[in-house]
Amino acid sequence: MKHEWPLWEVFIRGQHGLSHRHVGSLHAPDAEMAIKNARDVYTRRNEGVSIWVVQANHLTASSPGDKGPMFEPSQSKVYRHPTFYDIPDDAGAM
Amino acid sequence: MGGEAALLRFLLHLGDNTLVLGHRVSEWCGHAPVLEEDIALANTALDLIGQTLMWLGLAGEVEGAGRSADDLAFLRDVWEFRNLLLVEMPNGDFGRTLMRQFLFDAWQSVLLGHLLKSSEPRVAEIAEKAGKEVAYHLERSADTVVGLGDGTEESHARMQAALEYLWPYVGEMFTGDGADAALAAAGIARRPTACAPIMTPWSAVFWTRRR
Repeated sequence: MKHEWPLWEVFIRGQHGLSHRHVGSLHAPDAEMAIKNARDVYTRRNEGVSIWVVQANHLTASSPGDKGPMFEPSQSKVYRHPTFYDIPDDAGAM
Repeated sequence: MGGEAALLRFLLHLGDNTLVLGHRVSEWCGHAPVLEEDIALANTALDLIGQTLMWLGLAGEVEGAGRSADDLAFLRDVWEFRNLLLVEMPNGDFGRTLMRQFLFDAWQSVLLGHLLKSSEPRVAEIAEKAGKEVAYHLERSADTVVGLGDGTEESHARMQAALEYLWPYVGEMFTGDGADAALAAAGIARRPTACAPIMTPWSAVFWTRRR
């Protein structure tokens, strides 16, 4: 029998941020306790207004070995950055 | 007992409860069974000491003898403390500490609910601030008590033993002292006469298991 609590990854929305960001991980017996533990471990200095937790084994990660085929092709595609357009003054702030 | 004396005695009662329990809980710092619980218990202890600062600070103001919260916390002798016996009880195992915390949190959350409506604005203000902390303490301690009670055979037996050990100290929470009548008449404070989270489900569970 396994006695170790499962690992949870913790995501926090900061006071002024727009999206949740990964802040770390912790152990907890279930999702509710993972939220409470995250509150006590990661928001004691007023770091957040919202918490997400997900059990670590439910995450699927890209493999570091695939870094070349995964990410290098996009390095040479500057035209994908929308920096070549002249924005008419009438369009205002974009 | 006059109004000011009754209020002072009541504030000492509140501040001494949180002072003694805060120190008891802080004994776990660095010793809890897992890191997450260690931090959570330390947070609870710090909240309780913070509440102590507010209650004893106000007690010093009401007394009007120039004593600060620190003076009241550290320069009184044992017989001058007005805390519930429950909060003094040794930590025992982790389960007993959490059971003691649950019994206190459940009572304190009801008490602070009454104090929000206090005719004394300084009391209502502290109750408002402490109430949010205590609502979280109660959620956490109640979940942990239920979790351990429903856990393994060993954790269940330990929680049952903890409840039986601490139950005799619960009655004192609902027993008034000389100050209560004066405070109730002035609309300043009302002691819980029953505490639903403790009295309803828990006494039912406790007494059926005992029989």
